[in-house]
Amino acid sequence: MNTTSTDLAIDAQGLTKRFGDTQALAGIDLSARRGTVLGVLGPNGAGKTTAVRILATLLRPDSGTARIHGFDVQKQATQVRQNIGLTGQYASVDEDLTGMENLILIGQLLNLRTSAARTRANELLSWFDLTAAAGRPAKTYSGGMRRRLDLAASLVGRPSVIFLDEPTTGLDPSKREEMWDVVRSLVDDGSTVLLTTQYLDEAEALADDISVIDHGRVIASGTPDELKRVVGGQTLLVRPTDLDNVPQVTEILARIAGEQPASTRTGVLQVGVKDDAAMHTLVTELALARISVTELSLRLPSLDEVFFALTGKPTGSADITEGDAA
Amino acid sequence: MTTIIEKSGKPTATTPRSTSVAADQVRFPTLHHIFALTKRGLLKTMRTPEALIDVTIQPIIFLLLFTYLFGGAMMGSTADYLQFLLPGIYVQSILFSAVAIGVNLNQDVTKGVTDRFRSLPISRSAPLIGAVTSDVLRYLVLSASLLITGFIMGFRVETSIWAMFGAVALAIGFSLCLCWVSVFVGMLARSPGAVQGILFLAIFPLTFGSNVFVQTDTMPGWLQAFVKVNPATSLADATRGLLSGGPVASPLLYCLLWMAGLLAVFFPLAVRAYRRRV
Repeated sequence: MNTTSTDLAIDAQGLTKRFGDTQALAGIDLSARRGTVLGVLGPNGAGKTTAVRILATLLRPDSGTARIHGFDVQKQATQVRQNIGLTGQYASVDEDLTGMENLILIGQLLNLRTSAARTRANELLSWFDLTAAAGRPAKTYSGGMRRRLDLAASLVGRPSVIFLDEPTTGLDPSKREEMWDVVRSLVDDGSTVLLTTQYLDEAEALADDISVIDHGRVIASGTPDELKRVVGGQTLLVRPTDLDNVPQVTEILARIAGEQPASTRTGVLQVGVKDDAAMHTLVTELALARISVTELSLRLPSLDEVFFALTGKPTGSADITEGDAA
Repeated sequence: MTTIIEKSGKPTATTPRSTSVAADQVRFPTLHHIFALTKRGLLKTMRTPEALIDVTIQPIIFLLLFTYLFGGAMMGSTADYLQFLLPGIYVQSILFSAVAIGVNLNQDVTKGVTDRFRSLPISRSAPLIGAVTSDVLRYLVLSASLLITGFIMGFRVETSIWAMFGAVALAIGFSLCLCWVSVFVGMLARSPGAVQGILFLAIFPLTFGSNVFVQTDTMPGWLQAFVKVNPATSLADATRGLLSGGPVASPLLYCLLWMAGLLAVFFPLAVRAYRRRV
């Protein structure tokens, strides 16, 4: 076995799974170092949930191996289950039971005495701001409260590896931020998190490493920055203060980049450049020409663009990421 | 709105494996799990009015309605009919109540509760055993509420108190064999509604095509043929024998054969379907 396997909290290799005619997973590798967040990014039907279900021992792969802290998900399922917490659209709490009853039940199933399970339930309910709702059936909870209860349920056993399958799908923006904070604090605490998402901004905000999957294959993986570089150039963006300077700036940009800049908004010019030095050159040229600017930036491509470049199709999540531009 | 983290500072509560919980651990985990899951089943029954009504008010309404509506026409006196009807309503209630376990297990699967359980280090069969155990307790509630209502209405056990307990044991034993049909359908059907639909399709003819409400010799020959092989009939006959006197041995034997048959066929099928879906 390889020497790095002990550093990996999640280590999956060559997982395949077929459902009838659908090849849900066509041989994917996923790994996450201890104490990091692995973002698994992909559109609906890419195989994200299937991968999580296999890693969480809910489903057997047709081939391939997966280990959680070195424990094989098929041969050592019990040890794996002692180490994981699962929150997803599918792993759910019982709607008829109250928040408190749900958490106590899970504590009992994790071999806690009823009194200890109650203590743990109280801890989690207060941490997730659910104490006031503890005595109400889960079906009366709002969407955000349900997600928090689901997450609390997966943390009862103090798992070291936490699977979050689309934890913020359907939540409004402020609730998403709250969920993000929770994820960050889990990682601060030393847990490893595997997060699946359709939202590029979410992966970018939370993940140390991202695996982009599509049609059951990992089509790219790396840090968010590495992924962005995969698509190549960066973009130089300039907005001259005086609109009269636009033709001159256009000429300067064309000279630096070797291609004609585009104008997406009136008075804003942008052009793709290959290296960071372009920024230097531009600043110098602008200074020499005595042109003042109100906006000047060098930015990496967005993950939307990364995804488009990788799969040749849009992600369908543009409506979500638009919030950033507004 | 303040964020969650600010509320309670560092979430030491989630520090992985940092605290030893060994002192709080139970000695017989699987029993503890089954106990917890049984309690869950009961809590759910208490929470869902229709589930509670199934084993309390519904049998009582049938008993009151049929006794006073048909009693005079059937046997000339409501008291005589009550004596005939109560074991029948008991059987009917037992059959109807078998639907619940399949519906509940299917609901667990479709709503994702099963996935939650499966991600925990518990025995795979614990949720199933918990469901069956809480079912037995539901049947005890059903038995008590039906018999007590019957006594208030004037039903008399004409045998002995032991025979009465025997009747209750037989009814619960029968439902323990029948529940595997429900589990099987519950694990095959797509939705809880489908489970209910399929099971009632089978349970209605079994219930009404029997001597639960009406004596067999009043029926046309072809129907008698069906009624006589119907397990509901033999259960009703055996229960009548145990509660009101009359022949017990033959219907009881026939009933036990049916129970053995149901168990032999549907227990493996149900367990296989359960393992496949859960």
